[in-house]
Amino acid sequence: MRRVTIEGFAEIPPVDRDLDHDEVEGVRITTAGALEQAGLGRDDVDFVCSGSCDYVMGRPFSFAMAVDGIGAWPPKAESHVEMDGAWALYEAWVALQCGDIDVALVYAFGRSSLCDVGEVERMVLDPYTLAPLGIDSLSLAALQARSLMEAGASERDFANVVARNLRAAGEAVDVQTLLAAPLVRDPLRAHDGARRTDSTAAIVLRADGVGPAITGIAHAVDAHHPGMRDLTRAPSAAAACAAAGGTRGVEIAELHTPYAHQDLILRRALDLSEAVQINPTGGSFVADTPMVTGLARIGAAARAVREGAGKALAHVTAGPLLQQNLVCVLEAS
Amino acid sequence: MDRSRFVAPFVLQYSYKRSLGPVLSQFATALRDGRILGAVGSEGRVLVPPVEADPATGASVGRLVEVGPAGTVMSWTWVEEPGDTDPLDRPFGWAAIQLDGASTQLLHAVDVARDALKVGLRVQPRWSDERSGTILDIACFEAVGATVVIHPSEGEPVTCFEAPTRIGYTVFAGAVTADFLEALCEGRLVGRRCPGCQKVYVPPRGSCPTCALAMEEPVEVAQVGTVTAFSVVRIPFEGQRLEPPYACAHVLLDGADVPLLHIVGGCEVDDVEVGMRVEAVWADPIEPTLASIHFFRPVA
Amino acid sequence: MRPCAVIGIGQTHHAAKRPDVSMAGLVREAVLRALEDAGLDFSDIDAVVMGKAPDMFEGVVQPELYLAGALGAVGKPLLRVHTAGSVGGSTAVVATKLITSGVHERVLTVAWEKQSESNAMWALSQQFPFQPPTTAGAGGYFAPVIQEYIRRSGAPAHVGWQVAVKDRQNALKNPYAHLKIPDISLESVQASPMLWDPIRYLETCPSSDGACALVLSADEAGCRDPAWVHGTAIRSEPMLFPDRDEVNPRAGSDCARAVYAKAGITPDQLDCAELYVPFSWYEPMWLENLDLVESGWRAVDQGVTALHGRLPINMSGGVMSTNPIGASGMIRFAEAALQVRGRAGEHQVDGARLALGHAYGGGSQFYATWIVGSEKP
Repeated sequence: MRRVTIEGFAEIPPVDRDLDHDEVEGVRITTAGALEQAGLGRDDVDFVCSGSCDYVMGRPFSFAMAVDGIGAWPPKAESHVEMDGAWALYEAWVALQCGDIDVALVYAFGRSSLCDVGEVERMVLDPYTLAPLGIDSLSLAALQARSLMEAGASERDFANVVARNLRAAGEAVDVQTLLAAPLVRDPLRAHDGARRTDSTAAIVLRADGVGPAITGIAHAVDAHHPGMRDLTRAPSAAAACAAAGGTRGVEIAELHTPYAHQDLILRRALDLSEAVQINPTGGSFVADTPMVTGLARIGAAARAVREGAGKALAHVTAGPLLQQNLVCVLEAS
Repeated sequence: MDRSRFVAPFVLQYSYKRSLGPVLSQFATALRDGRILGAVGSEGRVLVPPVEADPATGASVGRLVEVGPAGTVMSWTWVEEPGDTDPLDRPFGWAAIQLDGASTQLLHAVDVARDALKVGLRVQPRWSDERSGTILDIACFEAVGATVVIHPSEGEPVTCFEAPTRIGYTVFAGAVTADFLEALCEGRLVGRRCPGCQKVYVPPRGSCPTCALAMEEPVEVAQVGTVTAFSVVRIPFEGQRLEPPYACAHVLLDGADVPLLHIVGGCEVDDVEVGMRVEAVWADPIEPTLASIHFFRPVA
Repeated sequence: MRPCAVIGIGQTHHAAKRPDVSMAGLVREAVLRALEDAGLDFSDIDAVVMGKAPDMFEGVVQPELYLAGALGAVGKPLLRVHTAGSVGGSTAVVATKLITSGVHERVLTVAWEKQSESNAMWALSQQFPFQPPTTAGAGGYFAPVIQEYIRRSGAPAHVGWQVAVKDRQNALKNPYAHLKIPDISLESVQASPMLWDPIRYLETCPSSDGACALVLSADEAGCRDPAWVHGTAIRSEPMLFPDRDEVNPRAGSDCARAVYAKAGITPDQLDCAELYVPFSWYEPMWLENLDLVESGWRAVDQGVTALHGRLPINMSGGVMSTNPIGASGMIRFAEAALQVRGRAGEHQVDGARLALGHAYGGGSQFYATWIVGSEKP
């Protein structure tokens, strides 16, 4: 496999509602920023790939409007996945493995402020036997959390995850206070869900560059119906991790956890020891933008490597209750 | 500028007509008849709800068998304040229920007292009086009790159902669009010039599409322009503003470098031609939308 | 780069509505046919790539997740591509790269649409706040562009009708095609209602439910007659910018030039092509855009693109006869592969050994192409 490196990463800082940038501006700014970090120009880009979701944006073909942000003139080789930008990065990595191109630009955009993202998540469910029930994401997450408790986890374990993430983000948090908050979906409390945001992110990949190198990247998916899976496990995360080379030597892990209890599941699935620092700045838990969070996790892991970590891991998830997972392992060049 | 002026609701809603196919049709018909079926997958696992392919192998499912009606709660949560889309209108639980004879769990609502809901609780379906062949033919599950007898309906197999969907959006116009719309509300068309290619875009964009640069310089353009391409629309379609036939056209306003896609009206469609000079005809009052230009009419 | 062989092809019987299947059933009809054609089982597949146009058509968000089991993808990598109308083609391109890159050995790819569950017109004409109003409906964007082609070229009106007749007559020879209009004629096309000048009703594509699947492999895998991918290319350009040539978009011609270069051929070496033609006039326009002929309308008028002409186009009946939006691009790619495998039955071009598959989408912005041949490159 060809050595692919992350040469640039830029994001619009996630906020509750971004009134300052529309999607096109966000793409323009972040792609320009990532290219500048990489020391490259738009004309150096051989392939562009993006991730976004029509229903999150409320419009069909919503990716098309963002193409104006990259200046596709002269015409560019450009593609799109209706998935988190992390999978667009995967597609770009594959394209670089083909050997006939050297530079790829990846971006993703999304908003939590346009609609209740939970309503979009409800429409991800099997349209025949799950969606008609009207069951919401928080209830599904609670079923998973309950399963974990049946297997020995406690509400305190969940609160510890929340506290660790919020403290890493600079907030003063007390586990007792967290546990005193009311349950909204027994055993979950409002703070057990990641904070949803708006943002845009972009990454520049290069074959044989000088930035953090992708030493492994892989993804897999599990069965869809929550009742057909052991919700205390994430086999596709474990499979992706193994295919990406495993976690030996990983110092920092950026985990994508829409709900705090999923941290426990992923530690086990990814075989992360206590020595691994998880979400050093609070990660996706404090800023979860649909379709962007995953790409931003890879960017954050790359930043960690640039700032001195020898080996870092980014994990990304999609679908209900960790149904689909991607793992990307980065090492210093 | 007061950005709250450019906020608008938008609703995406549609009632989809879903066809079931042979496997789910059997499941739906059985529900209407007060029975629950599961699909026999690999190694004799009984998958509930039934699926057309065994997730473990991808193989097509061969046959369905009856399961339940009773089952065991394997996981649960509680909804203290039900919403519009919930199946019950009083506090209730969601549960993953392993029906007797099934290898997997069915998700459904459970109507019991909160302190009665626990892993291990034995439950049975409470059937809706009106059943049409959907998962909500089971109104919910309740604690096991007296056996309920359901008489099969004798109707044709259920082959389809309707699935209403609705998502509400709150849309804020981006700053660039808001500026354009604010000027438009004053009856002015103000585009922006790209500092790279020097071209003027109306309406302005958050990025010059060819240069990927921010367009900051406002440029007011004329409300008069030239038709550069057109066609005549002769069929009705949803959201149409004028009655067909009418001309849809590319109008290049004087001062702009990209055409507006709009409508030419106020004349016979046969009189519209490429090169024609046209001027904007405004609505009164002007709303923050390009539709406030009703159409472009030939310059007298 | 490793070679990539197409060793299995499957499609559904496309129709206005497929009320006999669920979404999983529709997708599996094509997938199972492709696997059977390849002589393989789901367990032989390393990865799955699914393509589909906007989720509003079916009202299921990210349907590959609900379909993971039906696609045999559990435990495997699963991607979902969405590039508007070109998606079926760009999905096949992504799948091809998974092979040529060396990442996987066997990839299943499928593109589909079950748009009868809603109304494609509804999905395409939603007026989002603060956006310019939709003035003309889906065909309304293309009609002024077609008028401009006619103005530039001086083409006579009957050229569009000729394409409409040719494609529907070809469709009669394709067991999977949706529209079957045995009595179609120049007269019946000319007599059909005008929708957007100059496009008449019988010059437009239908709305279809359907799916198309391919099995791609790094080697023949025991297949006696694989199609080999000789090259792929994708290109995009912005929809609206000054002096944009919408009649002959550069992204389309750049894409063609790139795929010919990858395949090491000149366009005159092609034996036939499946081009994405949703409205009749796009055949002459794409013939020129793809550098296949000097004058597109003259080629049509002279019968060059007929099934037994010098350069047959859309032997399958094309998008004009079958249009499940998410699948159409892959159907083009698949039909090109069927031709060079000699498996196109009644709509086979004799001796076809090199064929082009082409897909486009958006405001003529997004292009995906591949060239397939009977010989290993």
